[in-house]
Amino acid sequence: MGSNPLIRDLTSREYKFGFVTEIEADAAPRGLNEDTIRLISSKKKEPEFMLEWRLKAYRHWLTLVEPKWASVHYPKIDYQDIIYYSAPKTKSDGPQSLDEVDPELLATYEKLGVPLKEREILAGVAVDAVFDSVSVATTFKEKLAGMGIIFCSFSEAVRNFPDLVKKYLGTVVPYTDNFFAALNSAVFSDGSFCYIPKSVRCPMELSTYFRINAADSGQFERTLIIADEEANVSYLEGCTAPKRDKNQLHAAVVELIALNHAQIKYSTVQNWYAGDKEGKGGIYNFVTKRGKCLGKNSKISWTQVETGSAITWKYPSVILLGDNSVGEFYSVALTNHRQQADTGTKMIHIGQHTKSTIISKGISAGHGGNTYRGLVKILPNAAGARNYSQCDSLLIGNQCSANTFPYLEVQNSSSHLEHEASTSKISEAQLFYCKQRGISAENAVSMIVNGFCKEVFRKLPMEFAVEATKLLSVSLEGTVG
Amino acid sequence: MLEIRNLVVSINNKQILNGINLTVDAGQVHAIMGPNGSGKSTLAYVLAGHPSYTVTAGEILYEEKNLLAMAPEDRARAGIFLAFQYPVEIPGVSNAYFLKAAVNEIRKRRGLEEYDAMEFLELLKEKTRIVEMDPALMNRMVNEGFSGGEKKRNEILQMAVLEPKLAILDETDSGLDIDALRIVANGINKLRSPNNAIIAVTHYQRLLDYVIPDFVHVLFNGRIIKSGGKELAFELEAKGYDWTKDRSETTQTEIV
Ligand SMILES: Nc1ncnc2c1ncn2[C@@H]1O[C@H](COP(=O)(O)OP(=O)(O)OP(=O)(O)O)[C@@H](O)[C@H]1O
Ligand SMILES: [Mg+2]
Repeated sequence: MGSNPLIRDLTSREYKFGFVTEIEADAAPRGLNEDTIRLISSKKKEPEFMLEWRLKAYRHWLTLVEPKWASVHYPKIDYQDIIYYSAPKTKSDGPQSLDEVDPELLATYEKLGVPLKEREILAGVAVDAVFDSVSVATTFKEKLAGMGIIFCSFSEAVRNFPDLVKKYLGTVVPYTDNFFAALNSAVFSDGSFCYIPKSVRCPMELSTYFRINAADSGQFERTLIIADEEANVSYLEGCTAPKRDKNQLHAAVVELIALNHAQIKYSTVQNWYAGDKEGKGGIYNFVTKRGKCLGKNSKISWTQVETGSAITWKYPSVILLGDNSVGEFYSVALTNHRQQADTGTKMIHIGQHTKSTIISKGISAGHGGNTYRGLVKILPNAAGARNYSQCDSLLIGNQCSANTFPYLEVQNSSSHLEHEASTSKISEAQLFYCKQRGISAENAVSMIVNGFCKEVFRKLPMEFAVEATKLLSVSLEGTVG
Repeated sequence: MLEIRNLVVSINNKQILNGINLTVDAGQVHAIMGPNGSGKSTLAYVLAGHPSYTVTAGEILYEEKNLLAMAPEDRARAGIFLAFQYPVEIPGVSNAYFLKAAVNEIRKRRGLEEYDAMEFLELLKEKTRIVEMDPALMNRMVNEGFSGGEKKRNEILQMAVLEPKLAILDETDSGLDIDALRIVANGINKLRSPNNAIIAVTHYQRLLDYVIPDFVHVLFNGRIIKSGGKELAFELEAKGYDWTKDRSETTQTEIV
């Protein structure tokens, strides 16, 4: 469609969240060694076990090399040129309530559309806001605490609930898992922690907004969510980062644990800065997300809408250990301009009658490259396991690309797998048809793309679905003439 | 309403229309007939603003404005509607959603308030009745998996909802069964008014039994070689196009 007059080259779109907040930052010197890790640990007043774990992870990381198998290309990352700790300076040790939070920070959230105060009142969302590396404010904590729910920053959890952290940290994503997970384990600065006690259904969506602010700082958050027996929780994660010319590294780890009959739903809308249309700047998003259905009849569901980042390397996965447990992965990944995404999931069936569903929707526009990479593995004991996978790609223009790599490893004859895949293109004929009915090309594209993503958007909590729809439209601006 | 003057059009450097002249006034129905490949759809596409065609000479005035300078969506919003010979499928977008987006774009342009969901559903109910269309098709994706006849009927439904000033129907009667033809023709007639005009491209007289044209034109090799009243269609049906071809040398000057 290059010669196609309807689908012309891309014009720039403004990154709406590309502002920088001027706050004095308390930062570690550039570079990484054991002292950096000791500094991070002491800044966070961590117990000894945490420092030891970090150091072990660091030493292991030194033995690893960066993975190269993904279909993404980027210049070599200099790990000694990154600032591993950056916290906004505060008067005291940390804000005890919203009133104590730096007004500039709060203004930043306003711009992001996360007015904490309003959210508290209007949407009933408890927001744990991670700004660079330290959790700034956690709302609704008391209400949740009344039900025995723990929802706090990871640092607080390490100090206040060391036993829970010790019991579950690294049990889903061990620091030996991969290069980026090892790095994260060594240097993670903050993140969210959530524990839902037995038989408690969390009464509201829990939400974290991440934002990378300081220049040259990497962000390494770590999230741990534990749903005890028969507990139920829905967690939302939104991400943005300011516009900068230099690439920034984001290597997060998320671990989910569901015990007997527990359910965890984890939704992400990722809109990190994608770089400009020539591919300058943007976030390198190397993330390890994994859930473990530890208990029988448990369920873990990932929903992600990935529209940002220069590079996305992310495979939210589920280990289906408990009998009859269920894993789900619903994904929309959009790459425009020079963005690259290599994303997918792993469903590891271990328990009997475990079930997994994979719905992946990849959209490529401009020079974007979009790869689905997924593994469905069925172990010998997983009698009666089932998987349904559907991977669809949509191309806009003819300079973009889409790849699908579904890997299957089936070691059990009583299992049942279904795989469907499709690639389609928004055609000139479709756009002309829409235009002939008075619909502009831009609206037509956004209509077709939203239709394409419908199955995934339906899985998002209401307000997130609205946001995701808007985000896609913004991300697609200028893809057609 | 519409004035086409000496229109010359090519696609991929191949000249398809070789100087078309045609005037359509409000209230009129013009039928365009002609053998396969003569350029009927090309003319329809050019009126709608399809980007693949290059106009190398001539002009088109629509309501006194230079139509060729208008973007396709602006032409649509200004009241030009093309019922496609081959309607396009749009997976993922429901028929109702599509039509609501379209009608609201057009209403916006006309300075009318956009329909909300309830108002639109009312309208849609009424219009589906006119073309006797199965309401279930409204929740299906645009034209996806529609039968040939359903697609054609869907075009007329869209026309009924969008209420164009100038409707160009490109072989809307092809592929319709006898009952469907009557229903679709009935839908077309409902649109007829002193303010609207219709250009109907067809191969068959039978549509014109229902939608009685004021003029019939024969398009051959990118030219209108003969024009006449509704009787011309009968003559064509009886004698075929060869007859006009033979006489084309002598009737060139009779072009409207
Ligand atoms: N992209 C193209 N490249 C070259 N020739 C083309 C192209 N599109 C159309 N044509 C030619 O233009 C001529 C006119 O085509 P058009 O579709 O207008 O005919 P038509 O009168 O509508 O025919 P029919 O009755 O079969 O629908 C045909 O000879 C066709 O092959
Ligand atoms: Mg035709």
